[in-house]
Amino acid sequence: MHPAPSVIIFTTLSGLGFGLLVFLGLGFPAVSGWMAFAFFAIAYALAVGGLMASTFHLGHPERAWKAFIQWKTSWLSREGWCAVLALIIMGLYAIGLVFLDQNWSLLGWIGALFSLATVFTTSMIYTQLKTIPRWNMNLTPAMFLSFSLAGGALLAGQTSVAIPLLLISALVQMLYWRKGDQAFACSGTDLGTATGLGVRGSVRAFEPPHTGTNYLLREFVHVVGRKHAEKLRVISFVLAFVLPVLLLVLPFNHFFALLAVASHLAGVATSRWLFFAQAEHVVGLYYGKR
Amino acid sequence: MTHQQPILDTSPKVSDEVRKTTCYMCACRCGINVHMKDGKVAYIEGNRDHPVNKGVLCAKGSAGIMQVNAPSRLRAPLKRVGPRGSGKFEEISWDEALELAVSWLKPIREDNPEKLAFFTGRDQSQSFTSFWAQNFGTCNYAAHGGFCSVNMAAGGIYTMGGAFWEFGQPDWDHTKLFMLFGVAEDHDSNPIKMGIGKIKARGARVIGVNPIRSGYNAVADDWVGITPGTDGLFILSMIHVLMKAGKIDLDYLSRYTNAPVLIDASEGPTKGLFLRDEDGKPLVIDRATGELTAFDKPGVRPDLSATYEKDGVTHRPVFHLMAERYLSDEYAPENIAEQCGIPAQRIRAIAGELARVAFDEAFELDREWTDFRGEKHSKMIGRPVAMHSMRGVSAHANGFQTCRALHVLQILLGTVEVPGGFRFKPPYPKPVEAHPTPHCKVTPNSPLDGPHLGFVQGPEHLALKEDGSPARIDKAFTWENPMSSHGLMHMVISNAHAGDPYKIDTLFMYMANMSWNSTMNPKGVMEMLTDKDENGDYVIPRIIYSDAYSSEMVAYADLILPDTTYLERHDCISLLDRPICEADAAADAIRWPVIEPDREVRGFQSVLIDLANRMGLPCFTNEDGSAKWVDYADYIVNHERKPGIGPLAGFRGENGDKKGRGEVNPDQLNRYIENGGFYVAHIPEGADYYKPWNTAYQDWAVGMGIYDSPQPYLFQLYSEPMRKFQLAAEGHGERQPPEHLRARIKETMDPMPIWYETDQTGNEGFTVNALTQRPMAMYHSWGTQNAWLRQLHGRNPLYVPTKLMREHGLQDGDWAKVTSPHGEITVPVMEMAALNDNTVWTWNAIGKRKGAWALQEDAPEATKGFLLNHLIHELLPAKGDGLRWANSDPITGQAAWFDLKVKIEKAAPPSDAESQPEFPAIKSPVGTGPQDLAWKVGK
Amino acid sequence: MTQLPQSTDRKMGLVIDLDTCVGCHACVISCKGWNTENYGAPLSDQDAYGGNPSGTFLNRVHSYEVQPAEGHAQLIHFPKSCLHCEDAPCVTVCPTGASYKRVEDGIVLVNESDCIGCGLCAWSCPYGARELDQAEGVMKKCTLCVDRIYNENLPEVDRVPSCVRTCPAGARHFGDLGDPDSDVSKLVADRGGVDLMPEMGTKPVNKYLPPRPKDTVEDQIDILAPLLAPVAEEPKGFLSWLDKTLEKL
Repeated sequence: MHPAPSVIIFTTLSGLGFGLLVFLGLGFPAVSGWMAFAFFAIAYALAVGGLMASTFHLGHPERAWKAFIQWKTSWLSREGWCAVLALIIMGLYAIGLVFLDQNWSLLGWIGALFSLATVFTTSMIYTQLKTIPRWNMNLTPAMFLSFSLAGGALLAGQTSVAIPLLLISALVQMLYWRKGDQAFACSGTDLGTATGLGVRGSVRAFEPPHTGTNYLLREFVHVVGRKHAEKLRVISFVLAFVLPVLLLVLPFNHFFALLAVASHLAGVATSRWLFFAQAEHVVGLYYGKR
Repeated sequence: MTHQQPILDTSPKVSDEVRKTTCYMCACRCGINVHMKDGKVAYIEGNRDHPVNKGVLCAKGSAGIMQVNAPSRLRAPLKRVGPRGSGKFEEISWDEALELAVSWLKPIREDNPEKLAFFTGRDQSQSFTSFWAQNFGTCNYAAHGGFCSVNMAAGGIYTMGGAFWEFGQPDWDHTKLFMLFGVAEDHDSNPIKMGIGKIKARGARVIGVNPIRSGYNAVADDWVGITPGTDGLFILSMIHVLMKAGKIDLDYLSRYTNAPVLIDASEGPTKGLFLRDEDGKPLVIDRATGELTAFDKPGVRPDLSATYEKDGVTHRPVFHLMAERYLSDEYAPENIAEQCGIPAQRIRAIAGELARVAFDEAFELDREWTDFRGEKHSKMIGRPVAMHSMRGVSAHANGFQTCRALHVLQILLGTVEVPGGFRFKPPYPKPVEAHPTPHCKVTPNSPLDGPHLGFVQGPEHLALKEDGSPARIDKAFTWENPMSSHGLMHMVISNAHAGDPYKIDTLFMYMANMSWNSTMNPKGVMEMLTDKDENGDYVIPRIIYSDAYSSEMVAYADLILPDTTYLERHDCISLLDRPICEADAAADAIRWPVIEPDREVRGFQSVLIDLANRMGLPCFTNEDGSAKWVDYADYIVNHERKPGIGPLAGFRGENGDKKGRGEVNPDQLNRYIENGGFYVAHIPEGADYYKPWNTAYQDWAVGMGIYDSPQPYLFQLYSEPMRKFQLAAEGHGERQPPEHLRARIKETMDPMPIWYETDQTGNEGFTVNALTQRPMAMYHSWGTQNAWLRQLHGRNPLYVPTKLMREHGLQDGDWAKVTSPHGEITVPVMEMAALNDNTVWTWNAIGKRKGAWALQEDAPEATKGFLLNHLIHELLPAKGDGLRWANSDPITGQAAWFDLKVKIEKAAPPSDAESQPEFPAIKSPVGTGPQDLAWKVGK
Repeated sequence: MTQLPQSTDRKMGLVIDLDTCVGCHACVISCKGWNTENYGAPLSDQDAYGGNPSGTFLNRVHSYEVQPAEGHAQLIHFPKSCLHCEDAPCVTVCPTGASYKRVEDGIVLVNESDCIGCGLCAWSCPYGARELDQAEGVMKKCTLCVDRIYNENLPEVDRVPSCVRTCPAGARHFGDLGDPDSDVSKLVADRGGVDLMPEMGTKPVNKYLPPRPKDTVEDQIDILAPLLAPVAEEPKGFLSWLDKTLEKL
């Protein structure tokens, strides 16, 4: 898949933002006043900024509101609802904390739930796609959720939770890569089934339908060199998990904490780039490409 | 919840009006419905009523809308202001352009008309352009057949009075086995696709013989990946197998072919010619009486076997000679299998399949008919095997004989002009004798003494001057290529540049991309077109060119006469020329301006009429000196070739109710337009098969004006005109070939089909066959720059068989250096498994010159696309005999594109990753096209 | 709307005969022409005359080489457009309901005025049947020429998709695949029509007829059988055979 910056920014930032909102909603850290304002401002900047970024890839952003209509079947629509509900509820909760010095904890819990649901629905947009075997796995939501919570804990300064969550995320990431690398082969889809010609012999794509490129190739066919991908995986893993955990186990230091967050963000963004760039859509088979 | 969905208008208005005309996106001439909205072309589809395409339309046809809006359309007459080849022009008025042309042409006509060489490329008005050239008086006229498929046309006409494509078609309704030789996606493309679809739907089978398994060969049930250039050998081997097994139609051969005609065996100037009676009729032995008799006497049953003794000489029938030759082990499958690259078993199996279907699946139609000997037949016997071939077989230097062999194979099986077999389309069948012979007598200020092109019947018809030198600039109809019925357009520039046989003054061309893909050796041609003499003048002094688009050739002309697109013009697809008939009907068609040009362009034929009028050419001028026709439409309606016969056969006579023959009808074009742009006259049942011998057909053809009198004839398994050239080479007759050609004429002009290996001089080390074909979406198209079509084929790799890929360590996308004795190219490669092991190929004419066709200079056509033409020369490599031999068929002069041999080696990608050779960009006289397109006419 | 209908009255679709398709691209361009002028936004082309031309097409013809275990490689032309799946994932993923399957005939369409151009439907389609038009920013796809097949401004015989009407080889068939007695259903049954990527569970309506067996002439003809038995070995013997045979004529 084409690793479009808009979706990478979106999933990375909003995952982190909603992760922070989960913790804020649960009352970690227990903040109020301007301190709460600062935390919520960061969370909203990330969540809303991410959502805004996601509209950049739309052909008609001005019609984005129509996306709320089809919540019955569409994960994208559900994501929209969850995000809006999470932001509204958490907004009310934040108003209580920041301006009224009120902790409406029930509202916080509900907001946290919707925040988590937003991340889950985002992940399901990808997970549901049978066309992309690497995404069509239970590990996809596990990865999105664990990353979001780990990042949220990190941002929320919840070191004791953040370390195990980072370790869990690291494990999920490893499993995701391992299983993901097999996913296409295990899906049972190949050029033989794609063309129905597999029963006759081995099938090879010959001339493409057009000599130039097209929307499908631009959107779905992105080739990452194996070595390049492996290097990026190491970088992503170190930045997202190894370095933050090391920084967290060191004696607390604001600079280290900031560095841990920055490192994690860069690592997750790299992981997300790989998430898209390495995802192979079955349509590539028709073009002799994956 | 009930299912909700938007309410759709499923009956939107399709168009304001449908205008029916004839497509010209290729040479197929399908009928099209042009849907108009707000006076603009909105959509083009096939015309269901049209005899050619019956509603279907190919990619080119549907993309016509992108041709009408193409940014490459020329806009106004152009006069060259920069050096030739630079593309620098100024726009001038039509008056200025025509006066300039006249100022060049008129003195030539008054002084020596042969100094004008007028050659048309993609011309569907040859009966008119030749008429113009004839009246101008130059002998130097031809269209592009010489580098296209003259072998196929001439091979067919000399053998059976017609060939494939517009000459005939398989009997798609009855055939059960369709055998296809070589690339054939070029001509008659929609009808063949329709035919293949039709027979496959019935479960009939297709056998494809082609080194490349693409296109029609991809759907063939059996594919024969033959070694290029050996089709003739394969065919003769099947003839061997079939004759040996007695699987030939003896009845058919005895009645309708010259197999029983007696050959003069006496030594001397008549040896090998037919024994003839006093009226010149070939003689046979009547099986009933044992008497010597003219072949066409009523009731005669010619004997295939009997010989005739006279003066101690035994004269034998053609069939004896054939048995002697083709039963020889030389043609046994086992002895030719390796050369053809086909296992002997497979050759036998295919011959067996032909025999099985022709004889075991024979059927009868209950249709009475009477043959030319007066014999009545109660039934028509069907032999459901049909064959087809076009350029693949044609474009070899042994192509003429191969085409003859192919026709002989069909005839031996008795499948020509019978149900289920191959059928002619009017005005064919037509024997050689019914065609004109070539004319070349030039007289200042006068018309030529007759039509330029024709069919020679012996050395007496060659176009030679009194001193024996070639009369024509292209050396057509000379000892080098005696039967060059279509001329040799591919030799014109090279001969004119060399001043051999003489220098010319003006080269006048129409839609012929001679500085690029329509020529061999494009680089050399570009140099010839721009070469200057010691005085600093161009060696070819003046070049006038007409084209509708900014093709590569435009840059090399001094004066450009811009043509219209096909939707902006009048045309006629005439029975006098290359009509659109079907086996069941005579048909012709028109084009008419469904839109008016929005630029200063004029239909080329109208421009020729204007030029003729300005020069006062004889047949264009009334006795009072006034012009007969103002434009081409006027000519189409009012010209009469013979009394009552004009360019269009339909709606003749004052009331428009006469067909074929009839007075001029001033309303004729409107009647065509009302009728969908075409006219069809059906052949009556019972006249529709056995046409060369069927009295009912012959009478119908006379009524239609196709013949002046019935012309029954025999199929020529043995070609007497060819024997006459052999006799000359043996020293008989007044006209004698030059010494250096004697041996070749003796060998190649064999009156019975032979196969010979083409001249391999200089090919040492070049062992791989290299071929081209054009993709179906572009074949014969002048519209490859078309915004939609160019997305399909915007660049072309060299397709390399798996074995050669492995041998040379190549992978898809790698680059290879491809060399021939003549040149070198460096191009990207792609693997193809369904390909002859020793053949590479590419799509032709995708490659474009930078700056041409209004494309941007980084267009893939110009950067990645390439032409194989750079590897092919119009001459063979020097043999050291001081002579240069043409790279063409020694019989017809057909350009031997497909004889190319190359070697390939892996190469580093060129530094700019562009195919080599590269040429500097030419300045576009029309700029470049827009960035984006979203072409919707209706709102 | 985004919900698939429980069932559709008919299952209109295409049957594509891979045994007959010669790969001429006629359907591709006819489709481009009709759908540029008709349903919704025109199918645009970017860099139309430049270095990287790329346009929206609703139907494209691929080609594949198949190498059987024994014998020659085969080349197969393979037209592909929307298969109008019964379980069309492109419909259910659509957040706005722009993408829908018609209850009366099963045609999958995009209501362009509702399309936000998110591309998710194209992501969900295994067949590459949907292309986002770069000029209009909306998803384009085969409409099965819904504006032709019922169009009362067209003669009845022309009420078929433009690709079907134009196909020179007759390799494209249009009809109701929900009706077992329809011509197309019979064709599918006779020729063993197949689904593409059945494992995706999309239940495509369009079917593909596989190529008939190839390169079998040697199996069919016994070259030693009487058919090709020599009548003579030498020209002389041939001529006496000839005489005998002519007697019988």
